[in-house]
Amino acid sequence: MDWMKIGQAALLIMFIVVLIPAVRWWSKNSPKAEKGDWTAALLPLVGVILFVALLIYMVR
Amino acid sequence: MQSERDYMRRSGNVQALSAEAIQQSAIATNKVLKNTYLLLSMTLLFSAVTAGISMALALPPMTYLISVGVAMVAGIFVLPRVANSAAGIGVIFLITGALGLGLGPLLNIYLALPKGPEIVGTAMGGTGVIFLSLSAYALTSKRNFSFMGGFLFAGFMVVLIAALANIFLALPALSLAVSAGIILLMSGFILFDTSRIINGGQTNYIMATYGLYLSIFNIFINLLSLLGIMGDE
Repeated sequence: MDWMKIGQAALLIMFIVVLIPAVRWWSKNSPKAEKGDWTAALLPLVGVILFVALLIYMVR
Repeated sequence: MQSERDYMRRSGNVQALSAEAIQQSAIATNKVLKNTYLLLSMTLLFSAVTAGISMALALPPMTYLISVGVAMVAGIFVLPRVANSAAGIGVIFLITGALGLGLGPLLNIYLALPKGPEIVGTAMGGTGVIFLSLSAYALTSKRNFSFMGGFLFAGFMVVLIAALANIFLALPALSLAVSAGIILLMSGFILFDTSRIINGGQTNYIMATYGLYLSIFNIFINLLSLLGIMGDE
């Protein structure tokens, strides 16, 4: 176990602890999705997946 | 008849007032958006400069960890307190400069690989295309993606726990899944943050810049890692 790994783990633990209130707040206070909202959000994300796949294909 | 005329005049005033309020709100939103993109481009440029300095000085890999630590502490504990003052500008440049400085040793490692320059160039171009396309989509669709908040933050938490476990497990498949997950989540955060600026959920351009910068930075780092692994490097 080197110091880099211990440092990385310490930073991640700190970040996770700090993130907990934000997760709780957004889970409780997020507005409800209306009809078609998820489709509108997933469409560009599928585009990102396809684009990343293309980039991987380009560097192989 | 008189009261009817008064009512008409008052309702006319209300309509004029609400139209004026809508117009003022639109102007304020445009101002936040313009300032955000201006500050974002300046911070990205500043990061590129500090990354260049760090690469030229061949700083050790430990720099990455220290820089991310400094940026994280400043971003969590200092920036929210000073974001409404001029000091916020200084702090955002400190954060983005530190992150750029940390990027230098990482880029030196990648550039030393046989396909390194191609991987770094592809990751850089890819990050730019992802950010610009998602921003354009959020701006033109004008949809409110705030409903994604709970999902994005919970997903981010799960990915961070997986990344923490993988520090000790060192599984290449999990590393790949974490990188892919972070790219998707950060893409979601670009939609979320941009729509919050457009819809008035975020009125502070320094905090808006910080959110968008972190999404871009994380997409670039994880695209670099993903292309490195998949490109057999």
